[in-house]
Amino acid sequence: MAAVTETVDQVELVEKYKYGFVTDIETDQAPKGLNEGIIRYISAKKEEPDWLLEWRLKAYSHWLTMKEPDWAKVGYPPIDYQDAYYYSAPKSADDGPESLEDIDPEILDTYKKLGIPLHEQEVLAGVKNVAVDAVFDSVSVATTFKEALSKEGVIFCPISEAVKEYPDLVKQYLGSVVPYSDNYFATLNSAVFTDGSFVYIPKGVNCPMELSTYFRINASNTGQFERTLIIADAGSKVSYLEGCTAPMRDENQLHAAVVELVILDDADIKYSTVQNWYPGDENGVGGIYNFVTKRAACRGRNAKVSWTQVETGSAITWKYPSCILQGDNSVGEFYSVAITNNYQQADTGTKMIHLGKNTSSKIIAKGISAGKSQSTYRGLVKMMPKAEGSRNYTQCDSLLIGKECGAHTVPYIESRNKSAKIEHEATTSKIADDQLFYCRQRGISEEDAVALIVNGFCRDVMQELPMEFAVEAQKLVGISLEGSVG
Amino acid sequence: MKLMLEIKNLHAKVGEIEILKGLNLTIGSGEVHAIMGPNGAGKSTLSYVLAGREGYEVTSGSVLYQGKNLLDMEPEQRAGEGVFLAFQYPVEIPGVSTMNFLKASVNSVRKYRGESEFDAMDFLKFVRQQTKILNIGDDMLKRAVNVGFSGGEKKRAEVLQMAVLEPTLAILDETDSGLDVDALRIVGEGVTALKSSERSMLVITHYQRLLDYIVPDVVHVLADGKIVDTGDKNLAIELEKNGYANYAEVAA
Repeated sequence: MAAVTETVDQVELVEKYKYGFVTDIETDQAPKGLNEGIIRYISAKKEEPDWLLEWRLKAYSHWLTMKEPDWAKVGYPPIDYQDAYYYSAPKSADDGPESLEDIDPEILDTYKKLGIPLHEQEVLAGVKNVAVDAVFDSVSVATTFKEALSKEGVIFCPISEAVKEYPDLVKQYLGSVVPYSDNYFATLNSAVFTDGSFVYIPKGVNCPMELSTYFRINASNTGQFERTLIIADAGSKVSYLEGCTAPMRDENQLHAAVVELVILDDADIKYSTVQNWYPGDENGVGGIYNFVTKRAACRGRNAKVSWTQVETGSAITWKYPSCILQGDNSVGEFYSVAITNNYQQADTGTKMIHLGKNTSSKIIAKGISAGKSQSTYRGLVKMMPKAEGSRNYTQCDSLLIGKECGAHTVPYIESRNKSAKIEHEATTSKIADDQLFYCRQRGISEEDAVALIVNGFCRDVMQELPMEFAVEAQKLVGISLEGSVG
Repeated sequence: MKLMLEIKNLHAKVGEIEILKGLNLTIGSGEVHAIMGPNGAGKSTLSYVLAGREGYEVTSGSVLYQGKNLLDMEPEQRAGEGVFLAFQYPVEIPGVSTMNFLKASVNSVRKYRGESEFDAMDFLKFVRQQTKILNIGDDMLKRAVNVGFSGGEKKRAEVLQMAVLEPTLAILDETDSGLDVDALRIVGEGVTALKSSERSMLVITHYQRLLDYIVPDVVHVLADGKIVDTGDKNLAIELEKNGYANYAEVAA
């Protein structure tokens, strides 16, 4: 295809996306607060079928009976759920800053350190009227994606689109892993979720490329209540990347996302996250509250799921990506790096629920605390009576930088099957002065030395990340810990 | 002759205890000086003070390095200026491959010196020029810095770092400790290969045996925080025979 034609096609594609939003943009924003009316409004705006509205309403009335959980080791002022907008159309490009000069210099500094090209910086920062040819690279990637994916029958689209185009699939699986009544934040999400990703990998298909929200260009503004559903049909395989190492502009403080993964016989999902939401300033003012429910159901035999997360952002992180190992021989893995600095608080970990025979799980969790932050690993390993011959290996390592931070490990282990094997190892260490001096004697600055040592500490997790993510994630580790020593 | 290092009346303490008590030492460009002395004389303290380790407080005296006030500089600046310390006890950094560490180190120093940084391929070539003589294989470069290294491997890795950082003043703090005869020969030959008219060395050791390989121009005896005797290489041989008993009295 001639380059010109290709360009025209891409421009059209982007225009279509914009156009798709226009109807939304022109509509009003729902008033503040949460009630049945708002939920009906959201559902109507999205032209949803009745069953989905019913489901949202059931979730809402259940949510009213629930209490916000307080067992996590995080503290924050009470959230006024009536003092928030639950539906605002995607921001029009005209609301964006005029140019990068209007962006917080600190954010620009981070972009620079991450080595993000100028045009991509503009997109991330939401600069208005960024010319299409300026973001040509990412657009062209998106286009190539679409073509290659549709050839294989892979569905990758916003979940609101999937509700319309593939209602049977959505109806069959939505809420099947995280039911609407699951927990306070997931229930809230079920009632008011605005958008998110939908992925279906057909039987026997090895998804030809890594799926990334970064390149799903219409993924921006999915808002604070994101809902993602990924189904890997029998014998299929997919790697999904969520998030982005660069801090995204976001004005919503409360985030409550839900991610559901369904893995059938012999299928395999690798789900990688880099979370870098605004953590608040060095005095602990501002920052995102991130309450996420992520769960994978290995329904089939030999199903496999692997969660890898690098969590450096948010003022509060409350997140426990879990695996329900139902199919015999199914495998669940959880690799996590959680970095907290200044006044950040992270309570994160995983749940491995072994139901089927010979299921196995592995947990590698690395927590790094600096400044006055608190980091908690909270995990559950549960062997059910039928989990004959199942095994788990857990390793939790904490690294402390400075004297005012805290690291906590709260492992819950429950075995109801005598043949099951569970191993748990935990360590806590500090960056030693002699390590820092050794690096500095070799010409490495103190900040670079901290980044180097911490990256070494996280290596087992970092090497699970897809290549293109890993390099940026390593830089991000250094950036997150800036100012933590000296 | 150009002066490399000029230490005058150096006093330093660790905590409340004074360790260096008026040390004077002058090293010319391209010279190899050995410092010998009994345990507790202040040999390692001298090396840490020169490298700028925290907790080693200079209370008086001066140190000029290539005419600049060394004591004013941060440790990484000193490294950039060409001061290298081969550690007596090299430090482990779990999870960081030796290759990665070398690259971070060399590129930091090159950046400081206004030279271009190496990319991964060029760096590999550059390092391989040095690994042969030290009998260091690629597998060792892949292992985490000093983690699980034998005594000999640790010291060879120190000399490799010295080779790639191309210092102008190399301080070797008991680089011979914990080495068997073969390892001593490899390390000794490795260091000797790095001798040049532009590079000075300060070799701190208990024993004469390392000096069979790295032949010193000047030998000093350090006792109780001061240089108490200075001679040529024969002084080291004498010390090996007679020990430090005489100097203990001098110092007292």
